[in-house]
Amino acid sequence: MRTKNTILFSLISTFFLIFLISIWKILATLQGLSINSFNIEIIFIFGFLISLAHLGIGDRIKSIYKSIIFSSIFVFCDGFLIQKLPIWYNVGVFLILYFFTNKISKYTFIGLKEEHSTQVILFDFLTLFGILFFSFVILFPFYMMLVTSFKTQIALLVNPLDFSINFGQDIKDLFKSYFVIFKSYKFGKYIVTSTIVSVGTVIITLLFAIPAAYAVARLNFFGKTFLSTSILIIYMFPAIVLVIPLYTIFSQLGLRNSIEGLLIVYTATTLPVAIYMLQGYFKSIPKELEEAAILDKLSWFGIITKIIIPLSIPAISSVALYVFMIAWNEFLFSLMFLDNPNSFTLSRAIQYLSGDAETPRQYLMAGSVVVTLPVLFIFVYFEKYLVSGLTAGSVKG
Amino acid sequence: MNDTLANTEKKTAYVLTLPAILLVFSIILFPIFANVWISFKEVELKDIRIPEPRAKKIVKSISDEPFKIKILYKLRNSSLIQEIRDVSFQDNFPKNFEIENLDPRCAYEKYNLKCEFGNWPAKYRENFQVVFKTNDGSKVDKKNLKTIKPKLYGKSDNILLNTNFTLKNFKKVLFENEFVDLLLTTFYYTFFGTVGSIVFGILTAQMVNQKFYGRTFMRSVLLFPYVAPVVALAYTWELLLDPNSGTLNSLLLNYQIIETPINLLGQKYIEISILGFDFKLRLALTTVVMFEIWRYFPLAFLFILARLQAIPKELYEAADVDGASPFQKFFNITLPQITAVISILFMIRFIWNFNKFEDVFLLTGGASGTRTLPINVYQQGFAISDIGMGSAVSIVIVVLLLMFMFFYFKLLGKRVDEN
Repeated sequence: MRTKNTILFSLISTFFLIFLISIWKILATLQGLSINSFNIEIIFIFGFLISLAHLGIGDRIKSIYKSIIFSSIFVFCDGFLIQKLPIWYNVGVFLILYFFTNKISKYTFIGLKEEHSTQVILFDFLTLFGILFFSFVILFPFYMMLVTSFKTQIALLVNPLDFSINFGQDIKDLFKSYFVIFKSYKFGKYIVTSTIVSVGTVIITLLFAIPAAYAVARLNFFGKTFLSTSILIIYMFPAIVLVIPLYTIFSQLGLRNSIEGLLIVYTATTLPVAIYMLQGYFKSIPKELEEAAILDKLSWFGIITKIIIPLSIPAISSVALYVFMIAWNEFLFSLMFLDNPNSFTLSRAIQYLSGDAETPRQYLMAGSVVVTLPVLFIFVYFEKYLVSGLTAGSVKG
Repeated sequence: MNDTLANTEKKTAYVLTLPAILLVFSIILFPIFANVWISFKEVELKDIRIPEPRAKKIVKSISDEPFKIKILYKLRNSSLIQEIRDVSFQDNFPKNFEIENLDPRCAYEKYNLKCEFGNWPAKYRENFQVVFKTNDGSKVDKKNLKTIKPKLYGKSDNILLNTNFTLKNFKKVLFENEFVDLLLTTFYYTFFGTVGSIVFGILTAQMVNQKFYGRTFMRSVLLFPYVAPVVALAYTWELLLDPNSGTLNSLLLNYQIIETPINLLGQKYIEISILGFDFKLRLALTTVVMFEIWRYFPLAFLFILARLQAIPKELYEAADVDGASPFQKFFNITLPQITAVISILFMIRFIWNFNKFEDVFLLTGGASGTRTLPINVYQQGFAISDIGMGSAVSIVIVVLLLMFMFFYFKLLGKRVDEN
């Protein structure tokens, strides 16, 4: 049992080490180092030996010394004898090894005798693995988007793996793609259009949704239950099904290529979820407040503006942010309704840019950064509000 | 007294909800019915522009005669396929103008030229000319003349409003459109996209539910793909997967994992042999599914995490006392607690993936075997410009969705009954 557990523990931890070093190698390759092999066999042998040695030595040496010794041996053998790579790469390897030996230092020979110990170890390492894996898989495209926008066409073609940015160069050269898209491709105008459309959608949606949500939450009227259930069902109806009729009607009314047309459609598509989210919150506000207001002869309008809105600022802001995000990111309707470059939104402009095969990719990526940054910034800054909005309104595709 | 109060309440409720209801109905429900109407018609993109009578006014001076002016109207029917009936024409002139030669179709009264041109067939064109002279001998002000625009009116049929119906579109959708392949592609995309995003959602939620350094940061990072604009992400992925200079292919080549670049988004099939069995994998479609999973697992993650955090800690403590292993805890405590969330998620994601248009459109445009039903709506309606066909495909989508919802709720109802 103990031998089996020892071997399993060493295997699991070794695979984790291989994974760590492979990611580091990929990142180093993308900085222009020429590494052509993962050298998995060597790392496997080293990792396995380190894990075994760690168990064998146990508490006889202080764990910090143990970590430093193991890391140094690994870096010395792997880095200087076999791969011969620059110092910063080896420092990275040293830190990885240090992190790794620290992680395994809590497992001991005695611990391995316990029931389920290998499962616990597997679970621990899977979690660590998952964190690193998902961070890498998610952040890598964003990283690539950002870095590509700072490169030049030639540099990208010569070595597609070199993602290092030369910060020594002139600011003008570094941000060249951004200057170009704002000067030659009128991205400044598109940002303004996108902002007007998104903010406009938020304002109109709230103007329509707050009274309606209040009525659904508080008042008794015929058709109320039907209304509140149909809100969600309507919301499930796909945009692609609406596109053709709306296109024909908007063409005949002359609403295509206009901000008004987009505002109408965006508001209508976000209204159901806004009403749904708001009425849930309004229901949680104590009724007594309104009853007092009715005795004070406050009208319905007064109740909404003086009591309901001030009390539900958090819910209203999360709806507002959520709606803003949907409108800012929206692509399908802007593709269908806008074909005049003067009325493009950012998303549509980027798609238009990519339609021309000659457009250098760094411009495309600079545009992508421009459209992505505001959303990510808002998301990180107002995460609390947005997350509650996302969970409540998450039926949106 | 009570009765009137209830009445005012009702009235207020209608006043408060009416604007929202009207807007939603006109933009969401009305188009769904309009779709049914259009799908039974033979309409093309060019038909939906209402034909207009148009006139271009050209002012020409006549040499040697400064008191005279020639005005040429280039008249035309804007439509290439429809006629315009009872076209009337009107243009104003300065008060010192006299007409020289009057066309029999026109009348000149009070410095106002009015004409009745009758019916214009499709593609109709005419150069209509009038000559004026000033009656007080003053020179003609050409600029002023150009700024006055003629007005034209005419009646025409709106092809969308007539009652010629046909079943041709549905016949074409079902028999000439590789319908089975279309359905299979759509279901492959929808099913694997949904299942994949839920599986990854469970994994990540389970991961973030544990305590570790940087947990809140990790939670925001996991949501990035979901909140970022699809356009930016799709083009980034396209660059990443590009066969010639994409990062992924370059990396794989660099580490000698592959020998020739793989065109992940442009190759329909790839041959794979596992345990001696050769089978063809839909490569481009699978890549698109991967993108779908990558973009939407955060939603599943968010839902499942919220549920996981609500599971009482006592359950796990009791399991610890009983000596349960981590896997036993996961399968016997965690999983049963999140099945309800998963079934809701499955439905939501299934419906939305079924209708997903942007992701596939931006990545492949529906090429190399990634043509799903929503892509087909776009292709039929806008690439081939057959609006009627596009509508018919939309109707197929709606019918399939309603069927799916019906079965889903029936199954769910049964399960609830059993419990």
